[in-house]
Amino acid sequence: MEIKVLAFGIARDILGGPELKISGPENLTVGRLLELLKERYPAFVDLTSLAIAVNAEYANENQPISAGDEIVIIPPVAGG
Amino acid sequence: MTIDIQLLTTPLDTNVCQQWVEAPDKGGLVLFVGTVRNHTQGKEVLRLDFEAYEPMAISEMRKIAMTITERWPESRVAIHHRVGQLAIGDIAVIIAVGTAHRAAAFAACQYAIDTLKQTVPIWKKEIFADGEVWVAAHP
Repeated sequence: MEIKVLAFGIARDILGGPELKISGPENLTVGRLLELLKERYPAFVDLTSLAIAVNAEYANENQPISAGDEIVIIPPVAGG
Repeated sequence: MTIDIQLLTTPLDTNVCQQWVEAPDKGGLVLFVGTVRNHTQGKEVLRLDFEAYEPMAISEMRKIAMTITERWPESRVAIHHRVGQLAIGDIAVIIAVGTAHRAAAFAACQYAIDTLKQTVPIWKKEIFADGEVWVAAHP
C-alpha cells in the first residue's frame, strides 16, 4: 500500500519537502508508520515528540491506516 | 453561537475578540494576548514565522472552546490565532473569555492558552540574525 504523508514545521525540513510517498504493508498502523519514519529519517528520533494525525485527528499507535486517509506528521507544536 | 474560532493571516484585533465575549450577563471578561517577543534565551529575535495544519488547528481550537463551554457553562469564548510572518510586537494569539464572574473567566482563559500550546498544530520558527530554529522541536 502506498500512502502520502504531509509534513509541517521541522518535519518538512527533515523530509526535505512538504510530502512523502511511502509504501508500507496493507495492515499499516500509526505506530509502524512512526517506526518507518524514524528508521528512514533518524532526525525524527531527536525531536521532543512526534505524533501522527489521521484525517485531522491525533491518532494512537494502534490505529490502522487506510489508503485515502489524510496522514500528517505532527512534530512538537508551538502555537501561541 | 457562543464560540468564535479564527485562523488568520491578517493582524488580530483585541476589540473584535472582546466584543464577541461581551454580554449583559457576563460580568468578567479576560483576554490573553500573546505577542512576538524580541529575545529568547538572551538572543535577539528578528521575527517569527508561524504555520499551521489549518483544518486540524481550527478543529483543535474549537475543541478547547467547546470544553470551556462545558466546564464553565454560559461562557463565551473567542480564540484567534495568526499565521505567516510576524514582526516583534505583533499579536500571535488572542483568547477572550466572558463569564458571569471573574474566577471562571481567569481559569478558562488559562486553560485555553495552556492547552493550545500543547495540542493545536501550529509551529513557529524564530529567525535570528545568524540563523533560525523551530521552537520547542528539540529537548
